[in-house]
Amino acid sequence: MSTARQYELVYIVTPEASEQEIADLHTQIEQIVQRFNGTFDKTENWGRKRLAYDIGHHREGTYVVETITGSGELMKEIDRRLRVIDQVIRHLVVRVDEELRVAQRTSEARKAFVARRRVARGLPPERQPGEGRGDGDSQDDMEGLEAQR
Amino acid sequence: MREERGGGRGRGGDKKDGKGAGDAPRRGFFRRRRVCKFCAEKIDYINYKDVRLLAPFLPERGKIQPRRISGTCALHQRKLQVAIKRARQLALIPYVTD
Repeated sequence: MSTARQYELVYIVTPEASEQEIADLHTQIEQIVQRFNGTFDKTENWGRKRLAYDIGHHREGTYVVETITGSGELMKEIDRRLRVIDQVIRHLVVRVDEELRVAQRTSEARKAFVARRRVARGLPPERQPGEGRGDGDSQDDMEGLEAQR
Repeated sequence: MREERGGGRGRGGDKKDGKGAGDAPRRGFFRRRRVCKFCAEKIDYINYKDVRLLAPFLPERGKIQPRRISGTCALHQRKLQVAIKRARQLALIPYVTD
């Protein structure tokens, strides 16, 4: 249980690499993931992008983002591999599960708070369409709190 | 639950007198009350891959804008800082520009 962590892997491939080479790279990583009993959640290819600064004489690079669930050892292995492959000019592994959990918790807490305030003021817990000023969020809830003080 | 909001309210206040003491009133400077962008727009997760989100916090030099200028709250400034540093590693945003 403790080993299942979600990671985001972003790597930048040289602009010279062909589509085929990028696909090969992807399958290579996939194999490592399988070997370590991890799961592949998502792959995103951003295509060729200009780099904000030169990395080893390259001005452009192909960005690939992968979301992987697995153990720390798995990511260590991927990290080691990517370091060796010359086509990958830059890569970054970030553990995201905890950050996302925190973000989810705060948004849930806020929703609950808004709902509670609305009920306390005798309103339905959800904001009705066409209610209050503008189409913004719970501006009125903030005002209600200030008045109460 | 209350203190969560209370923090948000208090922040606007002490921002004001931080700047107001000096030359501001004489020049008729318009002091805008700065609100944390992430609190206002309810952005819980500052994604390092979202350059459009981070860009307003990077002036021309490419340095991270201080909290006293941008008005970001401490919590979000910390998260923003991490996001910017990650984005820099990935060459999404520059370390320096001159």
